[in-house]
Amino acid sequence: MNRIKQKLQEKPSKKLLSIYFTAGYPEPDDTTTILQELQKSGVDMVEIGLPFSDPLADGPVIQKSSEAALKNGMTTNKLFSQLESIRESIDIPLLIMGYFNPILQYGVEKFCRKCSEIGIDGLIIPDLPLEEYELQYKEIFKQYDLLPVFLVTPQTSEERIREIDRASEGFIYMVSTAAVTGGTGGFGEAQKEYFDRVSKMGLQNPLIVGFGIKDSTSFEQATAVTNGAIIGSAFIKQLTDSGTSGISDFINSIR
Amino acid sequence: MSYQVNEKGYYGDFGGAFIPEMLYPNVEELRSQYLEIMQEEDFQKEFRQLLKDYVGRPTPLYFAERFSQKYGTKIYLKREDLCHTGAHKVNNTVGQILMAKRLGKNRIIAETGAGQHGVATATVCALMGIECIVYMGEVDIKRQAPNVARMKMLGATVVPAISGSKTLKDATNEAIRDWINNPLDTHYIIGSVVGPHPYPDMVARFQSVISEEVKIQLKEKEGREAPDHVVACVGGGSNAAGIYYHYLDNEKVNIIAVEAAGEGILTGKSAATSALGREGIIHGSKTLLMQTDDGQITEPYSISAGLDYPGVGPMHANLFRTGRGEFISITDEDAMAAGLQLCKLEGIIPAIETAHALAIFDKRKFEKDEVVVVNLSGRGDKDLNTYIEHFNL
Repeated sequence: MNRIKQKLQEKPSKKLLSIYFTAGYPEPDDTTTILQELQKSGVDMVEIGLPFSDPLADGPVIQKSSEAALKNGMTTNKLFSQLESIRESIDIPLLIMGYFNPILQYGVEKFCRKCSEIGIDGLIIPDLPLEEYELQYKEIFKQYDLLPVFLVTPQTSEERIREIDRASEGFIYMVSTAAVTGGTGGFGEAQKEYFDRVSKMGLQNPLIVGFGIKDSTSFEQATAVTNGAIIGSAFIKQLTDSGTSGISDFINSIR
Repeated sequence: MSYQVNEKGYYGDFGGAFIPEMLYPNVEELRSQYLEIMQEEDFQKEFRQLLKDYVGRPTPLYFAERFSQKYGTKIYLKREDLCHTGAHKVNNTVGQILMAKRLGKNRIIAETGAGQHGVATATVCALMGIECIVYMGEVDIKRQAPNVARMKMLGATVVPAISGSKTLKDATNEAIRDWINNPLDTHYIIGSVVGPHPYPDMVARFQSVISEEVKIQLKEKEGREAPDHVVACVGGGSNAAGIYYHYLDNEKVNIIAVEAAGEGILTGKSAATSALGREGIIHGSKTLLMQTDDGQITEPYSISAGLDYPGVGPMHANLFRTGRGEFISITDEDAMAAGLQLCKLEGIIPAIETAHALAIFDKRKFEKDEVVVVNLSGRGDKDLNTYIEHFNL
């Protein structure tokens, strides 16, 4: 069974915590160390970021980490070779998150096959919207048991949320605010209303909130009525400041 | 076979809307309404009136006699350089500001490379009294100081794009990020036939006034609506889309697209997307684009800032792939010489972008009785410094 599905079926005592990091940052070969540290710290799931030259949904922190990773020589092939035997030491669900162009260049089918060989469980491709996915790529994802993860935002209509729910099998990625990644404004009434509204829709997929979660307060707010939350920019900032050695302290400070 | 966009937003294999979900409501709002709004009588009336009284249309179709003599063929120049603000760009910004008003938006964002589209956007925002924010690469801000000053005089806020290579593609990324951050009150005026559907088609429709006029003007002068060749320079491709538009599906008209070879296609300093690009996704559209083997978008080069874009509109990618369009690339050197030549032969100083289109007559023969219409997309005032440096004037 797909590890994401399995994880989401467990009845956890705590809300799910998922971490995003950009592969190839801060050091080119940190990928395995970061994954091991995250698993050891009790993180439930990890999104491995495939860096891109033009990450248009990302704020400054992830832009800079992507730029640095590319300067460090990170490529799709290099990431796959770093992950070659990752399943020997890591058993939590792993997703790859990346913009569509590098995947298209690698070849979508080849990319998915490689992911499946390695033991990747899902893909988050922010600029591959539902329509284009269903038009051309759905069958390939299915063939390799990769779960597609789609985003919804405070502006997404109820009708479209239901459509996305029907097309999803893992979880729905709830973008917390109308903003690029790395927002630091905190959550107010508008977010609370949005989290409540979507959680009461009776969707088949669990909801995991991302964008703007940076500490235990925002984590608690984001997960009050949802199943979990994703931290990206704040984790990368932490890596920038203290490298891989501070990972477990950071995770323990969240929940 | 049609070379227009289909109902799914594709030109053949190219186009679509590869956008993050955060942009979906904005783009969908536009997609579901743009055609209807553009066809409203009120809209057409206001648009046409502004094109006439404010932009100065119709622009002349000028028979360039001495230029024609030199190359032994009949060359007409479509004088978009005489538009208000000095280039065709304003046709699109006038259309889009009216669209933004109909959609109830009160904040405008735009990207700009050399500053021409930024100026054209700031101009229509001043005209309508709407807030205007223009994203411009930090590198370009330094290179194009006069246009930055123009935008400021027109009341726009110019925001430097400091990400990536700090040029046009990064300015576009920043504008898209702004749109993600401001999904309700903001309209994004894209400056070319690029971006997610419906932008390429909407911008092409606003620019199509160019070939609409050529048909009428050529009929008066030559007794026929269609020339043998239409020629335009292509960066993103909006002036080209405008002059091709009403001839796209008339295969008797040869379409010639002129790209910037920069220092030469194989020098690593070029912007000739059809020669160097592969299929990929840039700014929400599937098209041909210059990229590494690993799918990272690369930085193009051309002496002309307006042709310095790593992709090309999906309409043009399709014209290239299907063979409907003839693609020619022109080096910096040849473009500059052609620009200076037009000054001497016709008393017209062209933009360096446009000069690329004028340079093809040294590369390719035309028959004596053939009619060639070249889109003179912009005037060269903005490029004086480059001309001065290049020719030690």
